[in-house]
Amino acid sequence: MSEASEGEVRLPESLSGVEPVQSVRTPIRLEYDYRPSTSAESYLRAYGEKRIIGHRSPVDGAVFIPPRGVDPRHGVAISEEVDLPDTGHVGNFCVTHLPIPGRKGLEVPYVSAWIHLDGAAVGFLGLVRGCPSEEVRIGMQVRAVWKPDGELGTTAENILHWEPTGEPDVPFERAGNRSFHAGRGEETDA
Amino acid sequence: MGEAPLRADLILEYPFTRTTGPVIGAFLTGLREGVLTGVRRPDGTVMVPPAEYDPVTSEPLTEIVEVGQAGEVVSWTWVDPPRPQSPWDEPHGLALILLDGADTPMLHAVLVDSPDELVTGMRVLAVWSREREGHIADLSGFSPEEVA
Repeated sequence: MSEASEGEVRLPESLSGVEPVQSVRTPIRLEYDYRPSTSAESYLRAYGEKRIIGHRSPVDGAVFIPPRGVDPRHGVAISEEVDLPDTGHVGNFCVTHLPIPGRKGLEVPYVSAWIHLDGAAVGFLGLVRGCPSEEVRIGMQVRAVWKPDGELGTTAENILHWEPTGEPDVPFERAGNRSFHAGRGEETDA
Repeated sequence: MGEAPLRADLILEYPFTRTTGPVIGAFLTGLREGVLTGVRRPDGTVMVPPAEYDPVTSEPLTEIVEVGQAGEVVSWTWVDPPRPQSPWDEPHGLALILLDGADTPMLHAVLVDSPDELVTGMRVLAVWSREREGHIADLSGFSPEEVA
């Protein structure tokens, strides 16, 4: 039996000859009342003081950001908070040329990147600005650009974006997800 | 801690437009034209709304058939208050309506003022929107047949 195609579908007389509907609007909208977990709450409150905190694994010292209260690799709880600097490097990035419908204040092209903070084992997402998008590269060192002190809230939006520091790049072999393993002298497929 | 727990509004929204394919497209075309349609299954019964594949045999279904504009309420519930994003602003009934000529009931609203006006087995008639574009909202709902 072949797939049904437009030519095979038989219509009642009342619909023969009228222009067929071929698409339909199906917008979705979900409204959440977001309540952070204990570790997310600490993380957000720290942002209000221009601090970035992570969680250190008791197994091997890997530092996770955002803190989730758990090392997902080993299934163990984490309670040790560590302060991370607001400097790091671009582990990976994407240049976006198409605007997000309904999203204001984000002009294309923009660069979203995995920011690997110095001392963190994993990256987290941020915008990179302050240089042409063609110049963004894996290993580029960046620092956070914060909102003015009077506008800080308990939100990750306190970091407006990340800008190049101008320091020499982190070598590709030690950039992104490789950095944690490289720091331990380990081989990795990351 | 003493401080109130943090909370925030988080809205996730996408303005999807889907292509319909010829079968669902025919149903929506019918709504735009003020016609209700179903699809005939190999056993001769009619599913409303139409599906592209037979739910039992998985065969492609291709024969779109017109069904009646009136039918029978086979099950219902009362919605009060409507949710913020409901197509209906007022309290209303939602019912499974077995249209004349159909063998499966279809879910839609019954536009009455009170659940006292709803009874299983009652006859209802389609109420069309004035402006129609090929969308389920082209059908405002159903009204009790004797009132309509």
